[in-house]
Amino acid sequence: MRIRIRRKRQKIQKLFLFTSTVYLCFLLFAAFGSSYLAPHSPTIQDLNHRLLPPLTEGRILGTDDLGRDIWSRIVYGTRPLLIIGTISVGIALAGGLLMGILAGAMGGIVDSFIMLLMDGILSFPTVLLAITVVSVLGYGLGQVTVALGIVFIPVFARLVRAETKSRLTEGYVESSRALGTSFPMILLRHVLPNMMPDIIAQSTVTFALVVVIEASLSFLGLGTQPPEPSWGLMLKESRNFLYQAPWMAIFPGVALAATVFSFNYLGDYLSEQLNPIR
Amino acid sequence: MASVPSPLEPGPNTISGQKGLRIPFFILLVRKSVRLLLTMLLIPTVVFFVLRVIPGDPALVVAGFDAPPEVVEDLKVKLGTNHPPLIQYEEWILSLAQLDFGTSLISNEPVLKLILERFPLTLSLAVAGMLCALLIAIPLGVMSAVRRWTLWDYGGMVFSQIGISLPSFWLGIILLLIFAVKYPIFPLFGGDSPWHLVLPSIALGINRGAVLLRLVRTAMIEELGKEYIITARSKGLPELAVRYRHALRNALLPVLTIAGIQFGYMLGGAIVLEQIFSLPGLGRLILSAVFQRDFPVIQGGTLFIAAVFSLVNFLVDLLYSLVNPRIRVG
Repeated sequence: MRIRIRRKRQKIQKLFLFTSTVYLCFLLFAAFGSSYLAPHSPTIQDLNHRLLPPLTEGRILGTDDLGRDIWSRIVYGTRPLLIIGTISVGIALAGGLLMGILAGAMGGIVDSFIMLLMDGILSFPTVLLAITVVSVLGYGLGQVTVALGIVFIPVFARLVRAETKSRLTEGYVESSRALGTSFPMILLRHVLPNMMPDIIAQSTVTFALVVVIEASLSFLGLGTQPPEPSWGLMLKESRNFLYQAPWMAIFPGVALAATVFSFNYLGDYLSEQLNPIR
Repeated sequence: MASVPSPLEPGPNTISGQKGLRIPFFILLVRKSVRLLLTMLLIPTVVFFVLRVIPGDPALVVAGFDAPPEVVEDLKVKLGTNHPPLIQYEEWILSLAQLDFGTSLISNEPVLKLILERFPLTLSLAVAGMLCALLIAIPLGVMSAVRRWTLWDYGGMVFSQIGISLPSFWLGIILLLIFAVKYPIFPLFGGDSPWHLVLPSIALGINRGAVLLRLVRTAMIEELGKEYIITARSKGLPELAVRYRHALRNALLPVLTIAGIQFGYMLGGAIVLEQIFSLPGLGRLILSAVFQRDFPVIQGGTLFIAAVFSLVNFLVDLLYSLVNPRIRVG
């Protein structure tokens, strides 16, 4: 009985993994080939077809208050989503690598100073700090991307610093140093490749966080500006039509939750698979 | 009969397998307080950097880039940005030390007063959300751990995996859709009765509860596998007492610490949820300040929330080492 249930658990995990992968492939496809998947324009208004419920007149997921097709808006919304996620995580990763390696390799005052700075950033709730940064940079997609990149630097910096410190004390690094390998070469050949698994897993999970926070910021009116399609913005617009058109609130959220689920699950899975010791 | 030490009972120094010097609580208090003080200095520094150094001159941001120069000059004097950055920084830290957060550009009221008016609502929302999260996480987590590899456990796993993925602001909208629009049990728009806090705190709680559930499960499984549990069982204690009086108590320690850290995220989440549920809390104050370019309020509000966040972490840390002397090793 127990073994059967344990197998069941594994089956569920496999199912989750399969769904996540398929969904992420769908996202990628939707982002690159939006026009193939979406039958209507995401931005052109059609006031004769306002607030149509799902599955009427060829609108799979219905239309919004301006007559725009919700399915098409969701599909076109994948592109900004993946771009923001990739660039933000890229900024956070680049900043984190720089800070983390500097702190981990130099030690001493540099280390204390950098880590103090990182702790300073970490003492703000992420959403709040992102709002504050956006408030000075101005609203919009680019600003949010930069803001989220900055906000997540400490997460990577901490990871990289810890990894750098522990790798540098290992035997093979010392032997390599004794053989006369230069310090940058040691970082490149021994330290960086060894921390890759953790970095990949962390990036995947951070991607999910970035997606949620970008949606929250767009929901608050600070991120993507209308009429561009963005899931957060669609949820913001749905708030005034809860009575007439509940579908406006349901579908973009399902897409968002599924994205977060897939990235989270993949991140968990990767960190398990790439780190067999843990 | 002379008592024979049981081989199952841990010796005095074998707890966690660590032997260490115990630090008196007082010294620990001093150490952590110094750290808190440092953080409290660090927070305004980050805010200063973000709000005054990144944009060049905030007066320009507030007035708009095409504003006439005399308006900008006026604003510079009002915001105190007509001095070089270092002097600005010094002035700002000094005024903060006197709890002077400046005055709002829109309402001309002291920022601290505005914040203190709105903060109770945000705080109660965060506390209610945390309570909700614990009410979900502890019973479900314990059940998953006790009935490991049963339907309970795998139901818990599915719940936590999905719960983590549900953005709390979307959950808020869906709860509104169900319990305010379809079945009008709860009010659709804001107010300040506890009734208005029910839906937003559930929305906040489910997401964090899903995170904590996993922790409760892991901690509980770990505790149930320890030797003192075998001792307690062999003493003939009823299973319920073993589970809840012995194992759960110890398992809750790490969980509560993480819950304390999560509290800061609750504050962040509350900002967004206030917008959905039209609750007049600190989050809405900051957000409307962002839209109206009310610079001192953005500055003060951000600072205030970060300070509360750090204070909560400090208290949790302290409480943790107070109730769990094992942590007090240096």
